[in-house]
Amino acid sequence: MQFGIFSVGDVTTDPTTGRTPSEHERIKAMVAIARKAEEVGLDVFATGEHHNPPFVPSSPTTMLGYIAAQTERIILSTSTTLITTNDPVKIAEDFAMLQHLAEGRVDVMMGRGNTGPVYPWFGKDIRQGIPLAIENYALLHQLWREEVVDWQGRFRTPLQGFTSTPRPLDDLPPFVWHGSIRSPEIAEQAAYYGDGFFANNIFWPKEHFRKLVNLYRERYAHYGHGTPEQAIVGLGGQVFMRKNSQDAVREFRPYFDNAPVYGHGPSLEEFTEQTPLTVGSPQEVIEKTLTFRETFGDYQRQLFLMDHAGLPLKTVLEQLDLLGEEVVPVLREEFAKGRPAEVPEGPTHAALLAARDEKAAETVGEQAGENENEKVEVSK
Amino acid sequence: MSAYKLVVVSAGLSKPSSTRLLADRLADSTVRQLALAGREVEVTVVELRDLAVEIANNFVTGFPGAALRGAIEAVTEADGLIAVTPIFTASYSGLFKSFFDVIDHDALTGKPVLIAATGGTPRHSLALEHAVRPLFGYLRAVVLPTAVYAATDDWGAAGDGLTDGLPRRIDRAAGELAALLSGRGSAAPTVPEQAAAEQVVPFAQQLAALRV
Repeated sequence: MQFGIFSVGDVTTDPTTGRTPSEHERIKAMVAIARKAEEVGLDVFATGEHHNPPFVPSSPTTMLGYIAAQTERIILSTSTTLITTNDPVKIAEDFAMLQHLAEGRVDVMMGRGNTGPVYPWFGKDIRQGIPLAIENYALLHQLWREEVVDWQGRFRTPLQGFTSTPRPLDDLPPFVWHGSIRSPEIAEQAAYYGDGFFANNIFWPKEHFRKLVNLYRERYAHYGHGTPEQAIVGLGGQVFMRKNSQDAVREFRPYFDNAPVYGHGPSLEEFTEQTPLTVGSPQEVIEKTLTFRETFGDYQRQLFLMDHAGLPLKTVLEQLDLLGEEVVPVLREEFAKGRPAEVPEGPTHAALLAARDEKAAETVGEQAGENENEKVEVSK
Repeated sequence: MSAYKLVVVSAGLSKPSSTRLLADRLADSTVRQLALAGREVEVTVVELRDLAVEIANNFVTGFPGAALRGAIEAVTEADGLIAVTPIFTASYSGLFKSFFDVIDHDALTGKPVLIAATGGTPRHSLALEHAVRPLFGYLRAVVLPTAVYAATDDWGAAGDGLTDGLPRRIDRAAGELAALLSGRGSAAPTVPEQAAAEQVVPFAQQLAALRV
């Protein structure tokens, strides 16, 4: 089980001071947050991709490459990479390059964007959102797995004899998650490829996501990748903690009340009841997060949203201390209890590489068994 | 035969409200006329006033609270709908429109809808025709020919040689709804969300459609 954080990368005025950080400050703060995440023992840092103010992370692999150079262990990921409006060829190249620079500490989450105009800005039609996600990913999948690609589709210039460079590290493509908040088509897509499915459940009630995750699990098994319980599920979460529950509520309320996403709507109390948001003590965060397993089954990755709504960097770093020191160690222990052995851990490059080698060895064994008198050639 | 599910949406604000009064008269008449045909009706009233905050929150958060979710499900699963709004500023009230804004665009497709409105003056009666009817037209509902407008004066008038009084207009509209409903089976086939999520197009088919 992996624990990490994901950032939207919003530049938001701190409602308690009226101060708005500059883009430069926010970008450097994201880097500081990522480094802190590693320092406190988290497994994953993921950044969003946005092409409109007030968001800064338009160029995720640039940012993640810089963070890779300053960290040693943490997995760098996205939340999300726009499979609809980015050229899949460029995604293939950028993330393969990042994989090499980061020694494989890279995976990627596909998504479709947060704002309508991003489609026309990149020359695409929003009504084709799902077909774009399907076609572009089919090409990306192929570019990472086949050295020379001939390809023709509906949305992009054909490719003849194209090789995406660099090739993925160890010829093993980055693990892919498909993020969705409402589309069963995306759950189906993730299941088809045996990729991960990330339900960003932070703003909506859990009933909705349980259906999506169950659909993904069933279809994952249908496509022969394993049992439904072995499907690779990631979930979001959103917390604000202080040692003392009342202090957390008092301090976070002005941020909640003015938050860009849900501010000026339901009360903090209503929202915490209806969504995964937890504002309280580390123990309350532990308890709420453990309920996710009851709703969604044993899963592989838990990402928390920690730096948003104008929270100052200092506060976010304190939150990460609490998360890393008091919450995640307990969650690791508790989630490990009763977790069936066949439920996979969160995906890493090393583990996927080992799994591939093991499978290759099995295949060689089988082939050798079947063709006892023939010389067996094994390709890499 | 199971009972028809009739849902009454009232956007009246005061308590008691003439909008709710009109809604109840329309529902009673519909129930009575279906009873003559030997059919039972299960009536559910959705008072939008009680859901005003949840409707506003839905706009902000993107999801309905529990009470609003229940109302949306009732409307979605109804065999027929009676929708009554006060006329504000020459059109349906903002609350009335907001409720239908947070409902899925396909939820009312093919559903019989009786539209009605209340107002302070009879001069605004055509708001039903130029505002309310197009709203439900967009939602692909089957809007009944007779729309009932009750001005304040109508509650104390008997009609004249050219226009029926309010009770007869109510009965005429309710009769149209009853006739349309009894021509159909009860419990219009509903697709619960879970089933809808399960009716996913197999991926190979999605790929083939793109010829990737």
